[in-house]
Amino acid sequence: MKVATKQKIKHILLGKTLKDGLIGKTALYLLLLIIGFVYLYPMIKMFTYSIKDLSDLVDPTVDWIPTKLYLDNYKTSWIVLNYGKTLLFSLSVTLVPAFLQTVTTSITGYALAKFKVKGKAILFGIILMTYLVPSQVYMIPRFVLFDKFGILDSAWAIIFPATFGQGLSSAIFILIFYQFFRMQPHALDESAEIDGANSYQIFMKIGVPLALPAYLTAFLFSFVWYWNETYISSLFLGSDLFTLQLKLLNFSSQFSLAEGLSQQAVNEAIKYSATILIILPVLLVYVIMQKWFVEGIDRTGVTGE
Amino acid sequence: MTKKPLKRAVRQNLIGWSFLSIWVIGFLIFTMIPLFTSLYYSMSKVVLSGEGIQVTFVWFDNYKQIFSSSEGFNFLQSVSDFAIEILFKVPIITVFAIIIAVMLNQDMKGRGFFRAIYFLPVIIASGPVINQLVYQGAATIPLIEEMGILDFINNTFTEALARPIANIFSELIVILWFSGVQILLFIAALQKIDRATYEAAMIDGAGPWESFWKITIPALKSMVLVSVIFTIINLATFSENDAIQHIKTNMFALETGFGFSSAIAWLYFIALAIILGLSFLLFGAFAKERGRR
Repeated sequence: MKVATKQKIKHILLGKTLKDGLIGKTALYLLLLIIGFVYLYPMIKMFTYSIKDLSDLVDPTVDWIPTKLYLDNYKTSWIVLNYGKTLLFSLSVTLVPAFLQTVTTSITGYALAKFKVKGKAILFGIILMTYLVPSQVYMIPRFVLFDKFGILDSAWAIIFPATFGQGLSSAIFILIFYQFFRMQPHALDESAEIDGANSYQIFMKIGVPLALPAYLTAFLFSFVWYWNETYISSLFLGSDLFTLQLKLLNFSSQFSLAEGLSQQAVNEAIKYSATILIILPVLLVYVIMQKWFVEGIDRTGVTGE
Repeated sequence: MTKKPLKRAVRQNLIGWSFLSIWVIGFLIFTMIPLFTSLYYSMSKVVLSGEGIQVTFVWFDNYKQIFSSSEGFNFLQSVSDFAIEILFKVPIITVFAIIIAVMLNQDMKGRGFFRAIYFLPVIIASGPVINQLVYQGAATIPLIEEMGILDFINNTFTEALARPIANIFSELIVILWFSGVQILLFIAALQKIDRATYEAAMIDGAGPWESFWKITIPALKSMVLVSVIFTIINLATFSENDAIQHIKTNMFALETGFGFSSAIAWLYFIALAIILGLSFLLFGAFAKERGRR
């Protein structure tokens, strides 16, 4: 009797394979929580600092929890960033290229998945190459080209390459769509063809509707990557147009240019609040659409070999 | 009388290429021609003036200038820093991603929640945001400074080696932030393992430790190369990377200009190609050695 209880307790604690026992489970959760905390530490610190007032900032006894909720930092950085207007511009150079890039890369991926075209292998090689070659190599001639077109220092300089599938990480999206369309049953296309549909109709009526999850995933990633991009946009948008990210990049100089703040000095709390304001839109999208980001990678079959 | 329909193969080709045409046109205009122009610029003196740009062919003068001027020296320095950083960061990121993926692949409650947390940085990690965090000292664990690790590094290594290594420690957490996508890649690979394999191994007397090394790790090998390549490209094109910053600043610098910038861009590309090639050799062999199929 006693031996049996002992066995039972041992079984609960250690389990069959160590992993399903109580000790194993607790250790797993604990580890994930601790690592998760360290992982998010920069964000947590950023948030707590952003609501500290000046006296809390200099007070070494106030570390994690501010003595009071102080929102003036947000007001200040709102003015410096010129938030409303800059947000609108940022959205125009992220949503538009993200959408157009998704459309073009889907058409390209569809063609590669569904048609026996000559030179497909070479094309694949080139597409992979566009992923591996850093954009810095062809950035300068693009700059000259856009200057000739007269679209430099405008949102068009970001939108045009995206429209033609030469935007940010376009190659990845082509591969995502390629994998996804390849998994669609061929019988559907054939039956539509027998019913008299042409290839373009089949694409619009069967290909696209069945691939909506891939479209959403590609669009979301494209949006986030465009949102976070600053290198190319700072070059092509010139010195007068600012996205939110570019304002943050030049926060100190933007701060001194902002009107009505001349009495104040910029401090880390204000900078942190500005950072939070900048990640807020993508954070909201992530909270709502989280499933599509995380599961999207799985579902679209990028991971298949 | 109707026209004779085209052969199926020909039609497939025509329709296929009509779908591809948008991308092909874009590739020619925005990527391929600029690529060749850039190669030409890199061997030219490019002068901007009111009437436009004047390009004079100068052979390898720009490349010689890289190895003989202070701008060139700064660039080469940043490239060698980048290479050293890759050497440390890629293993850190890969191992971290594997550990987290293995943990998240267990049967547990709140898996979605944890996955969401570990993926979060991918959403917010832009150059300026990371810049702020690093600059304000929020990018690392305070412990590292308290334990004097940075001093230790500065005292032990030569200056050229100490700087990049100290960098890694002073932004340790945000380096881990670059592993979000890789974690998902490894989870996907883990989920392809048949549960029955573990059960069979258990019946044969394998403990969790053996199962992990003999079943789990081999299944991940094929994904390691993908993950490593993704990590390298991701780090190489990250907007706050010093090397690519040099390319941009030299574009409009008085001493250098478009020609010199194009030359260092190509040199950067060559360096990156070497790094990628070496990883292919290293991890490609690794993946083949015991990987599935």
